Amino acid sequence: MRMLAISGSLRRGSHNTRLLRVAAGLAPPGVELRLFAGLKDVPPYDEDDDGEPAPDGARRLRRAIADADAILIATPEYNSSLPGQLKNALDWASRPFPNNVLRNKPVAVIGASTGAFGAVWAQAEARKVLAATGARVIDVELPVAGAAAAFEGDRLADAGLQERLAQILEELADAARRRRSEPAVDQPIAA
Amino acid sequence: MATVAEQAAIPIGVWRSDPVHSNVGFAVKHMVVATFRGGFTDFDATLDNDGAEPRLYGAVRVASVDVRDANLNGHLLSPEFFDAERNPEITFTSSEIRAEDGELVVRGRLTIKGVTKEIEARGVIVGPVQHPAGGERIGIDLETVVDRTDFGLNWNAPLPSGGVAVQDEVTLNAHLELAREE
Repeated sequence: MRMLAISGSLRRGSHNTRLLRVAAGLAPPGVELRLFAGLKDVPPYDEDDDGEPAPDGARRLRRAIADADAILIATPEYNSSLPGQLKNALDWASRPFPNNVLRNKPVAVIGASTGAFGAVWAQAEARKVLAATGARVIDVELPVAGAAAAFEGDRLADAGLQERLAQILEELADAARRRRSEPAVDQPIAA
Repeated sequence: MATVAEQAAIPIGVWRSDPVHSNVGFAVKHMVVATFRGGFTDFDATLDNDGAEPRLYGAVRVASVDVRDANLNGHLLSPEFFDAERNPEITFTSSEIRAEDGELVVRGRLTIKGVTKEIEARGVIVGPVQHPAGGERIGIDLETVVDRTDFGLNWNAPLPSGGVAVQDEVTLNAHLELAREE
């Protein structure tokens, strides 16, 4: 099973990209988490440009989403909301509506911020946008606050948050399995 | 001379809905002031009164929702509304049907978005009449009001002027023409 991880932050030292790397280490057996590297190449949405073919950056995004069984988004919070470049990418992915690449696609949103609230409003706004696109939004959040000190190597310093992130990945994988009408794999084997 | 008698009894036989001359739909207050109507184009209903107790049952294919706008149809089918991918049908099965004083009263189990609730619908049953092409027909009109949030249809949007875009109370209606099975 393929999960696509999209970080809403573009900078090299992004806490949210790091959060997705932590998530990759927690992916359930049989789940491959791939980080989307093309967010910065998605041009500003302009319906005049949204023809056949769409711009390369938008096509790459749409293809990556279409090829994934589920999407994990990590968003920072800019001015109490999600970053413009992430919103812009979701706008490209939402077209043409309603038969877009996000339709019924299981998506979970997590987030980190250097402040005290862990991008909780940005996560809520991202969920709202994703629901409007027709995605299957998993009703979870992961507010990683004080991001500058929230990581220890390849894991979250807070064991509770680390465990919650693993649970979110399980829930996301479950939704994707259900969609594929596949029986749950990797069941624990009784001794 | 009356050629069509309005009957308060449940006619004997098995009766199946004529898809062209039947409608299943909903009405809900929109923008506080208006009544918005929509429907489904693919459904079937059966009145089975061949056994000990009459039974009315039917199913609606959610993907056939029609509100005359492709974008709005798409929104209604999405996980945020009916979630047609996981819940492709709306179903109803009666537990009790009675006709009293010209009124039809039907109780039963309505399932929308995977949630089953007991409801009571009221209306009329008329006929049977002879169809010119042969066979017999009856008509059934039923209506009930449900709270859509009971079934997990929670989407809404607050309006700048106050109130919300779509009211929780939704009137469901079925206007059925049913043909007797030969």
